[in-house]
Amino acid sequence: MRLKKLTFKGGVHPPEYKELAEDKAIEVMPAPEFVVIPIQQHIGAPAEPVVAVGDEVKIGDVICQAKGFVSVPSHATVSGTVKAIEPRPHPVGGNVLSIIIENDGKDEWSPDVAFDEKYAELDADEMKKRILNAGLAGMGGATFPSHVKLSPPADKPIDTFILNGAECEPYLTADHRMMLEKTRDILEGVKIIMKILNCKNGYIAIENNKPDAVRAMRQAVKEMKMDVEVVSLPVKYPQGAEKQLIKAITNRNVPAGGLPMDVGCLVHNVGTAKAIYDAVSSKKPLIERVVTVTGQGIKEPKNVLVRIGTPFEKVIEFCGGVTENTIKIVNGGPMMGIAQFSMEVPVIKGTSGILALTDKETGMRDPDPCIRCARCVDVCPMNLLPNEMARQIEYNNFDEAHQLGVLDCIECGSCSFICPSRIRHVHLFKYAKMEVTKKLKARA
Amino acid sequence: MENRLVVSASPHIAHKDSVKKIMFGVVISLLPAAVGGVYFFGAKAAWVIVLAILSAVITEALIEKLTKKPITIADGSAIVTGILLAFNVPPEVPWWIPVIGSAFAIAIGKVPFGGLGYNPMNPALLGRAFLLASWPSHMTIFKTAPKDGSLSGINLAAIKSYGLDAITSATPLNVFKTQRGILFEWHDVLKSGMENPALQAKADLANNAISQLSDSYANLFWGRVGGCVGETSVFLLLIGALYLIYKRYIGLRIPLTYIGTVAVLTWLFAGTEGLFSGDPLFHVLSGGLILGAFFMATDMVTSPVTPKGRIWFGVGCGVITVIIRLVGGYPEGVSYSILLMNLTVPLLDRYTKPKTFGKVEQK
Repeated sequence: MRLKKLTFKGGVHPPEYKELAEDKAIEVMPAPEFVVIPIQQHIGAPAEPVVAVGDEVKIGDVICQAKGFVSVPSHATVSGTVKAIEPRPHPVGGNVLSIIIENDGKDEWSPDVAFDEKYAELDADEMKKRILNAGLAGMGGATFPSHVKLSPPADKPIDTFILNGAECEPYLTADHRMMLEKTRDILEGVKIIMKILNCKNGYIAIENNKPDAVRAMRQAVKEMKMDVEVVSLPVKYPQGAEKQLIKAITNRNVPAGGLPMDVGCLVHNVGTAKAIYDAVSSKKPLIERVVTVTGQGIKEPKNVLVRIGTPFEKVIEFCGGVTENTIKIVNGGPMMGIAQFSMEVPVIKGTSGILALTDKETGMRDPDPCIRCARCVDVCPMNLLPNEMARQIEYNNFDEAHQLGVLDCIECGSCSFICPSRIRHVHLFKYAKMEVTKKLKARA
Repeated sequence: MENRLVVSASPHIAHKDSVKKIMFGVVISLLPAAVGGVYFFGAKAAWVIVLAILSAVITEALIEKLTKKPITIADGSAIVTGILLAFNVPPEVPWWIPVIGSAFAIAIGKVPFGGLGYNPMNPALLGRAFLLASWPSHMTIFKTAPKDGSLSGINLAAIKSYGLDAITSATPLNVFKTQRGILFEWHDVLKSGMENPALQAKADLANNAISQLSDSYANLFWGRVGGCVGETSVFLLLIGALYLIYKRYIGLRIPLTYIGTVAVLTWLFAGTEGLFSGDPLFHVLSGGLILGAFFMATDMVTSPVTPKGRIWFGVGCGVITVIIRLVGGYPEGVSYSILLMNLTVPLLDRYTKPKTFGKVEQK
């Protein structure tokens, strides 16, 4: 029995709205007529296109190659013809060079993809190579290249791996459904990760609003005779943020500006673990992912297995379309997701959800003056002073904001969520981070 | 469809509370004490409250109209200021006292700084300080005995049997202050070895009075004592405070450290027989401490935002209150202590900034 309370400082309890989709089994969406695959779907250097307009491709063929270590390739997600290579709207913002493939409807796979019975005997380097070749980037939304995370420097050994099944973002249920339906695949992925890292302690972290997932995982862990602990955590946002999750489970503090490996930890999302299993066992690249399509604005909320590159509007159509009073389309969850100006944007590797939010749900209104109620201070999981930083940024005092620690902000949105004056802290902090980074670069 | 899409930074959902909701929540929390004020002191207390609210709201609207700024009276903060000002004046003041007090609170204490959220000091307390400095006779003389009670809180029967008539026209803290002064004088006389029968008689009376004060807890708790319109009933104020705590509109750090500090320091120093001879419960229950600790020191705008800052703020309020009560010129020090501590808030916030998560190990 653990005596310590598994939690972290701060945080909020937003309405969950998980009931919209949590009981909907994952549905496979038929491949769309065309896909739009941006060369940048990950943190790091953009990949380089290796196909030309007119080329024929099969599912799983590399269409753009990783450039540098912190970069990942991408693959064709339908079979067909490359129609165009041009900038297209991207869900994370702006226009990004994208490869557009017209689907020939044959669904032909690249011959390389095949199940390898002896995959478990591969050495760590070969496993990592397969992970890189499969184009894996963190599927929780941050999209950090997976093979980089799995290659810690020799002086930073990892002793603890945490599988992140917290899914603390309201509305989203994709990870929840995966844990119920792909329990064993995920755990095979965990085995692979722990083998690569050669680490002893494994935890599977799930918030206690998903008791069925906790049960399924515990059952499977027992049956597979794995030495990992399934931990049920009290619900609190942002439980799934790496640093907060590590604090809750191991009570270790990741240093400000540092990474989990600085305290011997590594965190991967459940979707990534499943993809790692596919990549290592079958050399199957990341060509599809589970997306929760939900919100009061979606007529039939669902969890859908979607080909990467499918435009949002097609996915939304598959879920019955949006209602009249929809005012926001969001890539990701409601707390950290990105609002879209167009429904043309494609599903990318980090698209955990597509939300259609109605005017009522968003509760948008103009900000009032700060009344210093300090709720933002109380909820900040990073222990910052959001009210003070916001005030300084409004006066363009970026140096002061830097001093106050704006670069440590994880943009979880707890402060803006709780603010009775509806001050848009995260907006200001994102802006300030850009300005501060610019200044630091200029000084260097 | 697409040109209706709103693009803004995350998060895309928000908590339901608003500034207006919080302000009207505070108004609701003050209602029990307001009703109590009218019950104990009669219709004139109602007039004081109504006039103070109207004056605060009209002043704010008028200034904003004249300076062509958006009218903000709907946010409810002027109403809160009006009620709090009314709570801090005696019930029998002339009608223009609450009117001028509220107008000053808003016109000098709030609007010039930029309105709600920017005022450095609690406007209602600033208004009261202005009234106290300008018309001390109106602000310090209490004539209305509460329903079923006496001004000093001492039971009527006891007053007669001990021959305490002379001190029935003052509030408990007034009685405490004057009688304690007499006792100290008497102690000095005893030490010097002189005899002074007249003073001895007075000192006997004073001893009686102070012990009677300590027996008046129930009257203090229910509000059967003299005092300002809204400060006398600890019971009714606590009902409102519980509501604010339940709604999470106030935290416990400021009120508990404030009241705790007053209790400890009065226990230590408020007695006449050396250290630890004071009566902390009497000091906690009397005067405006409960009103101040739960409703005015906790004013969001003028209190620190950091957890540690709030603790120091409460302690500071407690120290200043006790200093004024025991050695200052006034019998009560709650208003001035909060006003003075309001001015330290930027410093407190600066020096109690919490450590960023993960900054501990970094060297």
